[in-house]
Amino acid sequence: MTNLLKSENPSLRWLGFGMIALALIALPFALQWAGTAWVRIANLAVLFALLSVGLNIVVGFAGLLDLGYIAFFAVGAYTYALLASPHFGLHLPFYVILPICAAVACLFGVLLGAPTLKLRGDYLAIVTLGFGEIIRILMNNLSQPINITNGPQGITGIDNFTFFGFDFGKKEEIFGFEWSGPLKYYFLLVAILMLAVMVNFRLKNSRIGRAWEAIREDEIAARAMGIDTTKMKLLAFAMGASFGGVAGGIFSALQGFISPESFVLGESIIVLAMVVLGGMGNIWGVVLGAVLLSFVPEILRYTVEPFQKMVLGQVWIEPEIIRMLLFGLALVLMMLYRPAGMLPSAVRKRELAKEE
Amino acid sequence: MDTFIQQLINGVTLGSVYAVVALGYTMVYGIIQLINFAHGDVVMIGGMISYTVLTALVASNPALSPILMVVIATLVAIPLCMGIGFTMERIAYKPLRKAPRLAPLITAIGISIILQHLVMIIFSRNNLAYPQVIPLVTYNVTSGATPATITNIQIVIIIVSILMMLGLLYLVHRTKLGIAMRAVSQNQQVAGLMGVDINRVISYTFMIGAALGAVAGVMWGSYYGIIHYTSGFILGLKAFSAAVLGGIGNLAGAMLGGLLLGIIEALGAGYIGDLTGGWFGSNYQDVFAFLVLIAVLIFRPSGLLGERVGDRA
Repeated sequence: MTNLLKSENPSLRWLGFGMIALALIALPFALQWAGTAWVRIANLAVLFALLSVGLNIVVGFAGLLDLGYIAFFAVGAYTYALLASPHFGLHLPFYVILPICAAVACLFGVLLGAPTLKLRGDYLAIVTLGFGEIIRILMNNLSQPINITNGPQGITGIDNFTFFGFDFGKKEEIFGFEWSGPLKYYFLLVAILMLAVMVNFRLKNSRIGRAWEAIREDEIAARAMGIDTTKMKLLAFAMGASFGGVAGGIFSALQGFISPESFVLGESIIVLAMVVLGGMGNIWGVVLGAVLLSFVPEILRYTVEPFQKMVLGQVWIEPEIIRMLLFGLALVLMMLYRPAGMLPSAVRKRELAKEE
Repeated sequence: MDTFIQQLINGVTLGSVYAVVALGYTMVYGIIQLINFAHGDVVMIGGMISYTVLTALVASNPALSPILMVVIATLVAIPLCMGIGFTMERIAYKPLRKAPRLAPLITAIGISIILQHLVMIIFSRNNLAYPQVIPLVTYNVTSGATPATITNIQIVIIIVSILMMLGLLYLVHRTKLGIAMRAVSQNQQVAGLMGVDINRVISYTFMIGAALGAVAGVMWGSYYGIIHYTSGFILGLKAFSAAVLGGIGNLAGAMLGGLLLGIIEALGAGYIGDLTGGWFGSNYQDVFAFLVLIAVLIFRPSGLLGERVGDRA
């Protein structure tokens, strides 16, 4: 399939894309047949892919380690939840809120990035980690004196996406088919992901993308070549944050309920693992990494639990723990043995090879 | 005034623990410019091991003197933590010494996650009650209606951490290993040419840091009385902030930064309610460390005692 996509012959290449498109369209119907829960899982996988594509701008393109990425996701999610739920009695349509989510997350990205991006990369890692914690503490505690986030209880009853009467959350019959809510969301999500992927490819091959690549490979040399490194890094940070914000807004609507529980540090690590597994800087690789790692917990649930029950009589190690262990291992092993990811991009491969 | 002194005492105690953990970060950073994210988890493991030993001792040998129990627990925790520090460096950092900086940072995160979840499998996901074997004695420091007090445990924590800092300063400035460590931190290649076994020196650095971490774990457990598999992570973050505040790579800086951070946190948590008219409460305590970190990075990125260093190409 990848050979088809890279083929010189344009008609063959279109054939490759066509096959993928067909598979993407057919997939949710197959999943629906297995149960709506699986469509939901697929939706979350696509959402995580969107998130990973955003983090990829920061980690993959610009080479900045952001360990608090989930904070931007959280900011987006809360922005949507506050503007489209009974909590404040506001019910704006999603196409108005999603740009606001992006803008607010972008603002937070700039606020965090401006003071720290002048510094060396490893400081950034720790500051972003701290920022993620601050956001979580704020979400947990901003229920008083004015109730903004409703504290640990979170916000419930968040609106579905509706587009002039077309409700994405409602089950209905179109073209003689039964369309469940998650099924409708699936197509919207895939469309948004494709748009994001396209934007990323355009970015990567633009002047900005080349500047990021230069910074990643050698910051001092990049500065000597006349690149305003601080500005470019800030741009990467803000862009990544905006993607996170949009993903957060969608997450809010998809779940209908959010609480600080969903935005813990572990989630940042999971997204990072997706990017690392797929290959930092490689857009399709990152999407693939996200989809694979999203299905891991489900696969574990259906294999590890019954296996333990059969052999040991009870569940000793929960699949959730195994999942985190696997993610940790993935981070270490990928860096040791395949630093450029499952699908390495040529430049990144050369760059991450050891200097001799 | 009594409240102020009380918060100061609490802050200094907390700061001593931060300082000891910060030493582990700053030593490793000074020598190979790596933020060892997993150091906080080593501290937590030190706490968990001593928790296990203490619980076992209390159950089997209740007649043993409490001080001896704590000493035994610490002596068991230290070598085990050193082993973890050594193994971690060999497996995850050494092969990446020449790789771009991003690579070891990512493995460090991976190691931290692995350690946390292994501990969670062994010790469960609950808060564990750390055995308080030493009977608490409280001394009044001021004489008022509600006098400021200091406990024997607080005194021991402060004294032990000062002793460890002095020991470390002696080690780094007066022994052959210390000279080798400083040489490696200045220039690995040249140090190697001068006959310093770089790999051994780096391993020793990790092991010394881990040993300090183990003691910090015991102190943390005895002071708070509760230990959890994620305890080390936030503690590590704060200790790192302390190291940056004092000037990373600088031993005295780590101690100063740790103490200052502890005091800022204690005073901040104690007074934030009054200062903001009850808007914010002490549940924002964890935010202070990061605010301090960000402020330091903006205004004095080299830290209080650090020298300005340029980027290494």
